[in-house]
Amino acid sequence: MMTLHKLWWIGLAFLLGACQRETQVQKSNREQILLVGNSSEPKALDLQLVTSVVENKVLSSLFEGLVADHPTSDTEMMPGVAEKWEHNQDFTRWVFHLRQNAKWSDGEALTAHDFAFAYHRMLHPEFPSPYCEMLYFIKNAKEYKLGEVKEFGDVGVKVIDDFTLELTMKEPVPYLPGVTRHFTWFPVPKHAVLSYGKMTEQFTPWTAVGNLVCNGPFVLKSWQLNDHIEVSKNPQYWDAANVKLNGIRFLPVENAYTEARAFLAGQLHTTYRIPVDMIPYMQQNHPEYLKMEPYIGSQFLRINITRPGLSDVRVRKALSMAIDSEAICKTIQRGYEPAKSFSPKLGDFSPEPVLTFDPEKARALLAEAGYPAGKGFPRYSILISGGGGRNLSEAIQAMWKEHLGIVVDIRTMDFASYIDTQNKLDYDISSAGWVGDYIDPTTFLLMWTKGNGNNNTGWHSEEYERLLSEAAHSADPAQRMRVFEKAEKLLMDERPILPFAWQARNYLHHPSVKGWHPLLLDNHPWKDISLEETD
Amino acid sequence: MFQKLFHRLLQGIVVLIVLFTITFFLCRALPGGPFVSEKALPEHVKALMMERDGYNKPVYEQYFMRLGNLMRGDAGLSTRLSGRPVNDVIAQSFPVSFQLGCISMLLALVVGIPAGVIAAWKKNMSIDFIVMTLAMLGLCLPSFVVGPILAEMVGRRWKLLPAMGWEPTNVITWLLPMVTLGMVYAAYLARLTRSGMLDVLSQDFVRTARAKGVPMHRILIKHCLRGGLVPAAAYLGPAFAGIISGSLVIELVFQIPGLGRHFVKAIETNDVNVIMGIVLLYGGLVVLGNILSDFLILWLNPRARAQS
Amino acid sequence: MSLVIQKGTSLRADAMQRLKKNRAAVLGLYCLGLIVLCCLVLPFTPILKDPNAQSLVDQNLAPGAKYWFGTDNLGRDIFSRVFYGGRISIAVAVLTTLVAATIGVTYGAISGYVGNKVDAVMMRVVDVLYGMPFLIVVILFGRVLEKQTAKWSQWVVDLFTAADATPAKINDVRTAVEPLVMMAPLFIAIGALSWLTISRIVRAQVLSVKKLEFVEAARSLGLSHTKILFRHILPNCVGPIIIYTTLTIPGIMLFEAVLSFLGLGLKPPNSSWGVLIQGGADLMLTNPWSLVFPSVFFSLTLLSLNFIGDGLRDAFDPKSSKD
Repeated sequence: MMTLHKLWWIGLAFLLGACQRETQVQKSNREQILLVGNSSEPKALDLQLVTSVVENKVLSSLFEGLVADHPTSDTEMMPGVAEKWEHNQDFTRWVFHLRQNAKWSDGEALTAHDFAFAYHRMLHPEFPSPYCEMLYFIKNAKEYKLGEVKEFGDVGVKVIDDFTLELTMKEPVPYLPGVTRHFTWFPVPKHAVLSYGKMTEQFTPWTAVGNLVCNGPFVLKSWQLNDHIEVSKNPQYWDAANVKLNGIRFLPVENAYTEARAFLAGQLHTTYRIPVDMIPYMQQNHPEYLKMEPYIGSQFLRINITRPGLSDVRVRKALSMAIDSEAICKTIQRGYEPAKSFSPKLGDFSPEPVLTFDPEKARALLAEAGYPAGKGFPRYSILISGGGGRNLSEAIQAMWKEHLGIVVDIRTMDFASYIDTQNKLDYDISSAGWVGDYIDPTTFLLMWTKGNGNNNTGWHSEEYERLLSEAAHSADPAQRMRVFEKAEKLLMDERPILPFAWQARNYLHHPSVKGWHPLLLDNHPWKDISLEETD
Repeated sequence: MFQKLFHRLLQGIVVLIVLFTITFFLCRALPGGPFVSEKALPEHVKALMMERDGYNKPVYEQYFMRLGNLMRGDAGLSTRLSGRPVNDVIAQSFPVSFQLGCISMLLALVVGIPAGVIAAWKKNMSIDFIVMTLAMLGLCLPSFVVGPILAEMVGRRWKLLPAMGWEPTNVITWLLPMVTLGMVYAAYLARLTRSGMLDVLSQDFVRTARAKGVPMHRILIKHCLRGGLVPAAAYLGPAFAGIISGSLVIELVFQIPGLGRHFVKAIETNDVNVIMGIVLLYGGLVVLGNILSDFLILWLNPRARAQS
Repeated sequence: MSLVIQKGTSLRADAMQRLKKNRAAVLGLYCLGLIVLCCLVLPFTPILKDPNAQSLVDQNLAPGAKYWFGTDNLGRDIFSRVFYGGRISIAVAVLTTLVAATIGVTYGAISGYVGNKVDAVMMRVVDVLYGMPFLIVVILFGRVLEKQTAKWSQWVVDLFTAADATPAKINDVRTAVEPLVMMAPLFIAIGALSWLTISRIVRAQVLSVKKLEFVEAARSLGLSHTKILFRHILPNCVGPIIIYTTLTIPGIMLFEAVLSFLGLGLKPPNSSWGVLIQGGADLMLTNPWSLVFPSVFFSLTLLSLNFIGDGLRDAFDPKSSKD
């Protein structure tokens, strides 16, 4: 009996002790270490072998490009490695003046050669860099990659001296400084990469913990697969005095519910996302943590226009008009904004709002196309991948049934099959999303050209491509935007895709994090963030 | 005995080669090819990658190349993790899965077997009813429901244990995943043990022993437990292989860096080398687990031993 | 010895008698009966609404007069979805378990009874199958079957509709028939993949039973191997078979939901208990009802099945007849 009593007390003491334990967030606030939910394991930390947002989050803490992100604005530029830059009249030739005090984390000087090396490596015809297309703005870049131009000297990258880099574009690129903020434009430590192997050699250990040489505000401290990546302050960084955090810990939490729970239990400062179903709960119980900010992304349905029936633009418009995007954004894709066109408003680019919910007109169009009240309409299916978008497709299925009288199925697949089926045009309608890489309409509009790997609709238009090329050659930024707006309008008139929502970034965020502002690109410069101790 | 073990190990190698062959061709049949990504890869880049990983060679050549590499202990490079060696992926995540699996299995054995024995002993009495209802609930409430509830209550509301995360040396991070995972296996073991015990308890020697006045707990432990554990032992082999090679749901719910997440991600993205590596590891564990469990059955069951 | 002479029918009658005396089993039987009856009958009554009808304004409602079990996150009636879903889940459980148990028991029994080389080969085949990546097999299976099932369901629809049927009529028939046609390959897939442990357990049991005196006796009477195996040895293994079979049912019912997410089996927006529980688990915080109700029915069904299983095990245990 005695022992049982003792155990009871020990247990109670343990529980009380545990209750008073400070949370991880409180501990990290003391240590100035930011805990970031980062959704999944980065594929690699080699800048030139990766493509997605997850890697971008980590890489932007380790490296810095010519131009840096601004903490409060998407369109304003901050000097990065380049102190200042200038361009010629028609935006085809850019000269970047690098700062003299920029250093690699091993103390080596950072020079224009490192940028040239990075672009050379990225564009090397034998190097399989998945995101090389981000550099195709440069003159002869694509030609060199494809082996049509043999010498890198003919590519528009020129080192004038150690601290001056000249870039020649193939067409006017007035938004180039904004683009160079993307990690594909970051420098690579030539000396470090070459010490582990040849330039085109992949998978050398140069990115391993202890080996990785970088130039950003932080250096790689530890990396455990699927568990965490931790970076700590880089004393060699030119602006180290203004870096407030001592470190950042990136946690690849794949399950959004787990992430939200961990946040509420005080294990994270900021989450990568929050499940839409939890938003009402948060609004009711913890509105102070919930952030819902516009994001540079669009949700849409892809249409395979080679299918009978779907090849008729009236049918596509009818389907589009029968989607109640207002209701979807209120109840399913919470925080999203009903899309009025495919591309969202980006800087000076403001696409004409053409998309409306109009069941009346939708029925009329469908009848005009030969399917009055949906009679005789082929039985098509909406392709989705796994659990993602199941609710959404069920809602659209019900809307089409209600407003148009047509029945569609939902076809579920694993991710690889989903991609493959779209590439092979073996689908009818598919649920999809697109996130832009930089603030310019090209990031949304280029994919709908003929033969583009992301098009997959069977649709293309000569007029559309003519408009895009007209814009590309236009040196007048304002004029350029007007042409893009025309192209966007044309895309919406033909409607090979049915956009219904502009994405939002819904996530949880701890109030102790300071210096974090809403940004369309969601690239919060890590060096401006600080932690304030809270009770 | 040793000869038998040796034979089983030899057979195990054959099993692994057959498994390798089948899985290899299954992987090759997966739609989408090896480099599936959300944003389409440029054609020439894809071609470079195909060449790099030998996908443009004839299939039989790829097969023998991989088989040869595996024999040398090299499982190749992961395509999804941009060239990280599969050996490294497994070396980082298998210890975690192994640790979690072992402690969960331990919990399952410690809870499940006594519960089954007690239920069999007190057959059709209220304690039997209660134990079996609990065991069934353990099976009916899937880990993806129990895990989040535990994490929400214990982790978030009462702040007793972390809601997610895994530290190999920190016991408090083990508890919730261990309970969630172990519970299911405990339930299986309890049910199987109860049924096995009942089979033995109805045999003649038990009657004789009871008639002689041997106390019940002695009969149970000394005479019945061995025979009664046969069904549980047959189940344990594959169960053990399964539990230590990673459980996706537990790993996702508690954010544990185990093998299960790598495996499912690899399948999603057709990362053939990772799939093959993990399948072979798991296959090897199944072979070992089944050998252990078969020897356990022989040991538990003198009759079967006599005939072999 | 009495066993050998006894006739099968009297054994069965005996068993029924014993089953009726087992209170837990009888209770389980009633409970299961009621749930099955509800799932079968209710969909034909006006009590249930259309389980797939959405009303986004009625999203995530708590149970009330209009929606007895509340609504899910698309405003669908959970009460209706639970009973429609029950039909699918119970059908899946029964058919799949039958397939798995039949294959597993026969395979394990033969392996254990014949022994030696045959046993070794058969058990190594099981080892290989254990090691196979289930998920890949299922994905490939899904891709291969996708086109096929469309044809089959078209065939069945043609069978049930007249040549001059209106499109609306055809659609009605399709809606009724298709989930069942889509389910058929699912039964085979899961059944054909989940017999492995049963076969191991049966084999272990057969190994220990086959050396018992009564088997020797049967052999000396000159009975054929099939007769010895299926009439005399297997009845002695019935306990573990029933127990393990009932153990696999919850897993199978939940696995059905996983398959649905891979595009095999149930198509959205149709429901099953697995799909409802999976969806409900995500809504745990905002809308606990969508998890609680399907889970309660799911658990009740399985508990009942289990106590019936125990009862059957006791009733059919040849040894307990001596009690």
